[in-house]
Amino acid sequence: MKAETRRGPADLAEVGRFVDLEIAPRANTFEREEWIPREVLSRVADLGLWAPFLPPEFDGEAMDMVTVGRVHEEIGRGCSGLRSLLTVHSMVSASVHRWGEPAQQEQWLRALARGEKLGAFCLTEPDHSGSDSTAEGTTAVRDQDGWILNGRKKWITGGQVADVFMVFATTGAGTSTFLVESDRPGVRVTPLPHVMGTTASMLAEIEFTDVRLEPTALLGPQGWAAGTVMTNALDLGRYSVACGSVGIIRAAIEACAAYTSVRSAGGVLLRDLPHVRQMMSGMVTARDAARLLCEKAGALKDAGDPATIMATWVAKYHASTSAVRIAGDAVQIHGANGFSPDYPVGRLYRDSKVTEVIEGSTQVQELTIAAEAYREVAQ
Amino acid sequence: MSNDACTQIRTFITTKFPDVTFSDEEDIFALGFVNSLFAMELVMFIEKAFGTRIPNEELHLGNFRSVSLMADLVARQTSAAVG
Ligand SMILES: Cc1cc2nc3c(=O)[nH]c(=O)nc-3n(C[C@H](O)[C@H](O)[C@H](O)COP(=O)(O)OP(=O)(O)OC[C@H]3O[C@@H](n4cnc5c(N)ncnc54)[C@H](O)[C@@H]3O)c2cc1C
Repeated sequence: MKAETRRGPADLAEVGRFVDLEIAPRANTFEREEWIPREVLSRVADLGLWAPFLPPEFDGEAMDMVTVGRVHEEIGRGCSGLRSLLTVHSMVSASVHRWGEPAQQEQWLRALARGEKLGAFCLTEPDHSGSDSTAEGTTAVRDQDGWILNGRKKWITGGQVADVFMVFATTGAGTSTFLVESDRPGVRVTPLPHVMGTTASMLAEIEFTDVRLEPTALLGPQGWAAGTVMTNALDLGRYSVACGSVGIIRAAIEACAAYTSVRSAGGVLLRDLPHVRQMMSGMVTARDAARLLCEKAGALKDAGDPATIMATWVAKYHASTSAVRIAGDAVQIHGANGFSPDYPVGRLYRDSKVTEVIEGSTQVQELTIAAEAYREVAQ
Repeated sequence: MSNDACTQIRTFITTKFPDVTFSDEEDIFALGFVNSLFAMELVMFIEKAFGTRIPNEELHLGNFRSVSLMADLVARQTSAAVG
């Protein structure tokens, strides 16, 4: 798509219509086919949604992070696979904007903002705990022409379709970050089929064998400060997953409200049963609470306030654990139909579980958030 | 400026870690409480509190080891922005 033909970012109502008409009705098909068609990805570009937080000089719209969160919520309401693509693309785009040298920004940012190039985030490795966030099995060795990259990454969202990988690798100076084009010699992409959740996110395993990189492939500082590149990107990913979880809760509410309004048991509509009302009340309350936490985290991001990091952990913890519980309730309310591909709730259930594993698992979040409680009490 | 920066940076750290005592010259990384999350918070705090963007080449451990080294970094960044 050419810059001059691209429209500005859609307003939220337009994003909502896009989800209602073009995403939600097809999300079960995307899941079954384990694929989101290119034409859908182009529509996301058409609406200016790939990286709208980038400044106008790079074809973004300088969209505030609260609104970005609402966009990811809307997309997550329709299809968590698509929201996952937005998540990792956002992480790459924001990282190139924050840490990139001017030449790297020139090379990548406009194409990322327009969705002409898609980004993927490559941290997790097959043989190491993802929670430890290490890149021990991937090495980048300096030579006179630049770097030579070797190693394997697994569970890479969007890996089948991404044009540029943001790769964490061990260098002499600790962990460093590299921008690697997917068509470089020595890069091998193997699709990961039949994954339980976010199946449409086109996951892949990526193998790097003697991949030669120019010196300019290095993104951001090396050594100790490279940790801030990773932390910064994961913080944005966590925020996106939290907002996407609010979207899952909303989709569950919509599905349950529709289903219980037409399905009867024992001569009464399900909607009139007290335990259904109780579950619906829990869903609405959790949705509103999760969204408020997301908005707080987003507003702190907009203010550049470091408190956003903990606020994002809290938002993601509440939103993801609520999404899993609520998607489970939604399946329960649907009875056997909850297991059927004719209804969305089975997919919501599978997708919700992913949000408890990625960008800091529930258990890792509990360590981090509880530590904050002890700090607060000690003050 | 530097004293004021030291005070603000110290207050930020001790609000987060009230149990830890250290001098402005002391290596806070040697004390073991700085993890990658807090490192990011420190960078964000300095950028917000002093209205600066720390360039990549200044983002190394040597500039963050102690309160006074961070205050020196702030002084360099803010004078570079003015000058
Ligand atoms: C659908 C999907 C998409 C993904 N997309 C990406 C991607 O785009 N890029 C990428 O780099 N990675 C991606 N991942 C990988 C993801 O980031 C990791 O799965 C995650 O970090 C957890 O790591 P792990 O799977 O190795 O689990 P492990 O770290 O091995 O954890 C296993 C279990 O131990 C628990 N645990 C771990 N550490 C602790 C601890 N200290 N205390 C208590 N409990 C602990 C965990 O909570 C979990 O229950 C994706 C994963 C999935 C499922």
